[in-house]
Amino acid sequence: MFDAITKYLGSNATPGEAGSMFWATIYILIITVGISLAVISMNWLERKILAHMQVRIGPMRVGPHGLLQPFADALKLLIKEDIIPQDADKLVFWSAPVVVTMTAFTTFLVVPFGREHAVTDMNIGILFMLGISSLGVLGIIMAGWSSNSHYPLMGSLRSSAQMVSYEIAMGLAIVCAVLMTSLQTGTGTLSMIGIVESQASQHTWFIFKFFPLGFLAFAIFAIAMVAETNRAPFDLPEAESELVAGFHTEYSGFRWSLFFLAEYAAMLAVSSIAVTLWLGGWMRPFPTWLGGSTWDMAFSLFPALTFFVLAGLCLLGAVRMPKIPQMKIQTTGLAIFGFLLGFVGLLLIVPGVRERVQDIYWFVVKVAFFMYLYIWYRGTFPRYRFDQLMKVGWKILLPTGLGVLIATALWGLLPQISSSILGVLP
Amino acid sequence: MKDLETDYRHAKPGQSGPGAVDYLDLDTKDQTFLDTTELVLNMGPQHPSTHGVLRVILKLDGEKVLGTECVIGYLHRGVEKIAENRTYAMFNPYVDRMDYVAAVSNGLGYCEAVEKLQNVEAPPRAQYIRVILTELCRIASHQVWLGTHALDIGALTPLFYCFRDREEILKIFEKYCGARLTTHAFRIGGCIYETYDGFEQDCLKFCDAFLPKLDEYEELLTTNRIWVRRTKGVGILNPEDCIALGVTGPVLRAAGVKWDLRKAQPYECYKNFDFEIPTGVNGDTYDRYLVRIEEMRQSVRIIRQAVEGLPQGPIMAKIPKVLKPPVGEVYHSIEAPKGELGYFIVSDGSLQPYRVRVRPPSFVNLQALDKMVRGLLVADVVAVIGTLDIVLGEVDR
Repeated sequence: MFDAITKYLGSNATPGEAGSMFWATIYILIITVGISLAVISMNWLERKILAHMQVRIGPMRVGPHGLLQPFADALKLLIKEDIIPQDADKLVFWSAPVVVTMTAFTTFLVVPFGREHAVTDMNIGILFMLGISSLGVLGIIMAGWSSNSHYPLMGSLRSSAQMVSYEIAMGLAIVCAVLMTSLQTGTGTLSMIGIVESQASQHTWFIFKFFPLGFLAFAIFAIAMVAETNRAPFDLPEAESELVAGFHTEYSGFRWSLFFLAEYAAMLAVSSIAVTLWLGGWMRPFPTWLGGSTWDMAFSLFPALTFFVLAGLCLLGAVRMPKIPQMKIQTTGLAIFGFLLGFVGLLLIVPGVRERVQDIYWFVVKVAFFMYLYIWYRGTFPRYRFDQLMKVGWKILLPTGLGVLIATALWGLLPQISSSILGVLP
Repeated sequence: MKDLETDYRHAKPGQSGPGAVDYLDLDTKDQTFLDTTELVLNMGPQHPSTHGVLRVILKLDGEKVLGTECVIGYLHRGVEKIAENRTYAMFNPYVDRMDYVAAVSNGLGYCEAVEKLQNVEAPPRAQYIRVILTELCRIASHQVWLGTHALDIGALTPLFYCFRDREEILKIFEKYCGARLTTHAFRIGGCIYETYDGFEQDCLKFCDAFLPKLDEYEELLTTNRIWVRRTKGVGILNPEDCIALGVTGPVLRAAGVKWDLRKAQPYECYKNFDFEIPTGVNGDTYDRYLVRIEEMRQSVRIIRQAVEGLPQGPIMAKIPKVLKPPVGEVYHSIEAPKGELGYFIVSDGSLQPYRVRVRPPSFVNLQALDKMVRGLLVADVVAVIGTLDIVLGEVDR
């Protein structure tokens, strides 16, 4: 048995491919904890970034610069009274947040954080992701229906209509990317790892392929994914000014926090799809143009550098803290956090570790970029009205998606078409 | 089938179509679909975007609004009745609590009404100070409107920008009279406080700093496609309806009626100043937005002229210490940020007014809500409530 566990470490494959149950479980645990941590840090970052966009400073009290605020909030939500409305359908009310959270987390089974850093590599990976993530709408309908209240009902109806209509445009954009894996190479794939590898073998990210077709498909996906996750400017299901809190109006405490967790996990999931399909997944920028061992070496220092910069910011913050006794604990805490980050940075410089975390680092950086976009949208845009949202989905994104799909197919077949025409000509 | 063909934007009450349905009659079935029932949705009094404690009962067909009914009175404090048990001077602070966002304007209207009854006039310096503070107050009120209106439509950021810049105005108020919100800045017969050192510079500094910031707000919203789509053609109110409903202020001007009491019946020293009355064309939410933004610019113009022409002299007219206006009645109205704010005061010659009746602009403007939102969608209801710029303290009194 011990052999079975250690044997995997030698293989260059995902646990799913290697058939190692043990390591698959470990990966799932790591991913679950990692996503939860990412959601927590995203929570803090969103509040901070949004605050700075809005001439505020955001959370400052719990921990240095409010770093412990998300943990305090989580604790508060956990110990809140568990309320189920009297007229609610108890079983459905209970299971709705579970369904939403489960679907949001299950999608990460096939997300490739690196060549061998995924739970498994399904040959229908992208279909699996789409299928599972569209199950999330079921949980939202359940939540809205079982609450037995007007605002949640309207929120969930809006949400289901919105998710279903945007999924079509999203699907068309995805088909474009899948087509790009097969065209000019002849071997198409739906596997998430396969899609990234075909980008590597074609020496391009699909966002730049068949310019501007790849970019258009990416843009359609980038718009549809915001609508799919119910975020601003498409956040109608939870439009605070109209529907109070939308489908989770009646939820509180831990159940509410599950919805929160699921929303952010879903955002991470769709961003991962976007990164995998169009931005080269785990690949570092310019793998061929800036190729060679020297550049490899330089790029492999990025993870450590990032952590050093973060550590530097923390230590600078600690130095700049007011020198008064009341702030002593905060200052020490920030300094310790800075040193911890610096230590992680040092760890990432060790040659063996350095190469292995490369893939994960670039993937996370690209996903983080999308997360920043989400926050940026929220700070900038007003909200669409329901009929306008539908108009954007059905009248703009869908026809554009169809056009891009056909154009992509034709462009990809161009060599074959031209050669067959030339062959027929005398 | 006729209902289906009727575009929801053109549904008007009194016609056949969705607007004609009596909204509280639950038995009325929509003939379009066999088993459709209307949904009666209670919006408020505890709702994020009803601006206080307004309760709107919406009758919905899906997302479409078939009718509304406003339930008010949750903030009723009986301000008008209180007046009957207070002397004229004692009642002055109470009016600040009506439209608490524009307390200075309320005080101005009341003081002027009593002055008219008493037949005195504030000295020129007091009038200029009153104009400066009232116009600052107009800007502050419009900033609160812009921030909350944008928040209702989903833009979070303008709110914080507006409140940041409103702070400068509140600081001027605080330095002048010690209070930020319910200022009680004016007294019957003039002002009680002389301007503080640096008042003029503070006002001019605010004017200089504010115009670029106004451009900043506009940059976020005016040409934003989503903002334009959410506001253009929403909640149209034509001039005839405005006049029939008694709607005043920016809502009336956005419909194209050039009616501003500062020009139409100049009070205080407004005839000394050079400013424009912005008007709209379509009378929709977008026009009301543009009109209010332009009004802020014009207010800055007035403040600049007033500060530069601030005369010297007394700030209080000669009025008796114990105010006993002669028997009679008076109606005086001013152009408050939200519209015509009128005070009707009946005096029986005693220390206390016999009756005070306030004509609050928000209360009258709120009447137009039903006309504006029939046939629109739920999301438009919050946009229209925002664009009417109501303050429930004033509606309920």
